[in-house]
Amino acid sequence: MRDEVILKVDNVSKQYRLGLRGTGTLSHDINRWWASIRGKEDPYLKIGDQNARDTKGSSEYVWALKDVSFEVKRGEVLGIIGKNGAGKSTLLKILSQITSPSLGAIKSKGKIASLLEVGTGFHPEMTGRENIYLNGAILGMTKKEITSKLTEIISFSGCERYIDTPVKRYSSGMKVRLAFAVAAHLEPDILVVDEVLAVGDAEFQKKAIGKMKSISKGEGRTVLFVSHDMNAISTITEKVCILKDGMLQYYGETDLGIKTYLSDASNINDYEVEAHNIKPQIVGARVTTSLPNFIHEFGKTLEVSYDVNIPEEIENLAISFQILDEFLNPITHIWNFDSDTKAKRSAGVFTFNCIMDNPLLYMGNYSIRTYLSDSKSKERFDYIDTSCSFRVEMMKKARNDYQWSSGAAKYLEKYKWDINKSL
Amino acid sequence: MKSEKWLFEITPKSGLLDLKLKEVWRYRDLLMLFVRRDVITLYKQTILGPLWYVIQPLFTSVIFTIIFNKIAGIETGGIPPFLFNLAGITIWNYFKECLTATSDTFKKNEAIFGKVYFPRIIIPLSLVISNLLKYAIQFGIFIAFYIYYVLKGAVIAPNSYLLLYPLLVICMGVLGLGLGMVISSMVTKYRDLTFLVSFGIQLLMYMSAVMYPIAIIKENISDYSWLVTYNPLAYLIESSRLLLLDFGEVNIEGLIYTGVVSISILFLGIVVFNRTEKTFIDTI
Repeated sequence: MRDEVILKVDNVSKQYRLGLRGTGTLSHDINRWWASIRGKEDPYLKIGDQNARDTKGSSEYVWALKDVSFEVKRGEVLGIIGKNGAGKSTLLKILSQITSPSLGAIKSKGKIASLLEVGTGFHPEMTGRENIYLNGAILGMTKKEITSKLTEIISFSGCERYIDTPVKRYSSGMKVRLAFAVAAHLEPDILVVDEVLAVGDAEFQKKAIGKMKSISKGEGRTVLFVSHDMNAISTITEKVCILKDGMLQYYGETDLGIKTYLSDASNINDYEVEAHNIKPQIVGARVTTSLPNFIHEFGKTLEVSYDVNIPEEIENLAISFQILDEFLNPITHIWNFDSDTKAKRSAGVFTFNCIMDNPLLYMGNYSIRTYLSDSKSKERFDYIDTSCSFRVEMMKKARNDYQWSSGAAKYLEKYKWDINKSL
Repeated sequence: MKSEKWLFEITPKSGLLDLKLKEVWRYRDLLMLFVRRDVITLYKQTILGPLWYVIQPLFTSVIFTIIFNKIAGIETGGIPPFLFNLAGITIWNYFKECLTATSDTFKKNEAIFGKVYFPRIIIPLSLVISNLLKYAIQFGIFIAFYIYYVLKGAVIAPNSYLLLYPLLVICMGVLGLGLGMVISSMVTKYRDLTFLVSFGIQLLMYMSAVMYPIAIIKENISDYSWLVTYNPLAYLIESSRLLLLDFGEVNIEGLIYTGVVSISILFLGIVVFNRTEKTFIDTI
């Protein structure tokens, strides 16, 4: 049973039209119709570019997905990862039948239910109980099924006290709990989950992850899980597929997949772009490690440098960066505000050097996320998601009793032991 | 591949006549819950909300009575003109409410349609059903005035086919649903259409024998009377007056014609609607 393929995605492609909706649509429609009457191919289906946001396409049609194929077996948890705009949401939308593919087909042996942003269809005037029924039915349950699980749903949500209060009086966290509780008690063969875990407190997240695990392990159901949270992906999923610019870049074991994804996401060591001269902009970013090839020895000086182009005089310019671990979780945040140095108020290209004498980063892979903004108006001028990746090694700092093991910590505190015999 | 038996497939296009009735039946609980939601939110509204359904037909009837009966002098054959107009407006309003509510389906439910799948047709269906409640309120007012006029000594009586009245209401709903679904699909493509809808409904009302008997049209402007006589709405409204007030002329051919047109429009609506639901989220 377990080896049975339950879902087959077969060469699925999806084309979108960019630009203003409405202008020219009628004429395009007529063109299409005319072509189909003459038995010709759809004139707009041939042209089209890859879905890369940074390179400007020449055509107003883009492929949000291009020839994506994979198979999912019964009881498997498949993670779907990819940068923003890589086509994850489009794939989920097609899987959950919200929109249909332009080409290709999806074949399924089970019912698919999706959990795209929870709380769909909650009505503020109705009570929690009434909303459980409505939401459950929207997600495809029958009234009978909901009634049989009602107490379970209510206790899972942790909203017993307010269950007969209109939902408009709920906090946003409570709404999410209630919505997830309903969705978690759905019994589809394939459950599609998109970033629900980003909300809710830690306790609830734990509960939600546990529930997803038990759905797949205990009840043998298939879960497709989309997230940016590599921790969640690595704990829940067995296999991942990576989408890049609408195409399937990787499909296979999770561990290798995450490594592939992260190395791809942070392979820009030297960041360099051309100035556009409208707003302040980071034109260069570098990390200087103590050893070549971006290897840094624990305890040595680490330097992060930025070249910032400032086209005209500015007050309140703030630059800041986060050092991210390999799961892209920020470890520390370092900034430079106008009040720190007033020098950068005039126009020109400035170099910002941040010198960290003795960063306490533990061994592992790190990268840097940078923000350039106006600290008063909060306008963000520039943002580099990940760049300047480097690796910290412990080198000659051997410990006698235990070897250093990777993943044991993110940073090492300086410390001193004071041990006295008290008896 | 061992067995190539799939529960369902998601493909670019589906057959034209794939009505997915089975699926709608599977979601029948959702249909009833949507109706329940509409009803609950209606009575949870402020007092002015429900009151509007009382005021609107009454005022319209008063104005119609003054203009069409007192000033223009349309004869209503011994039936109090106010009651005559109210009968027409009550059932016309049901059609109008169904049409305007369903024609907004895609735009209004964009958020929810963008997140979960269920047969989209559930929404317009639920609107047509929940609008029955508003209709019932208005019909109640009509009954109240009916009794009032009987007590005042007016010679009015229902037709012996009165029990067929619900059929007329259903037919009205079917027409509103069918047209509404066609319009809602078109609105997703060409947004400016919404403005035309409210204007179009106004015009349609004057062509639908709401405030005059069909006979008058035939007498006075026989050249253009086809505008009214080929309008199934006019037929339904005339029939409703025949059943309630025993006034009007209806023949069996007209009723068959009306039934056929209504079902065709509903069918067209479903086909267009089902085609739109597959891709509208990309265009809206």
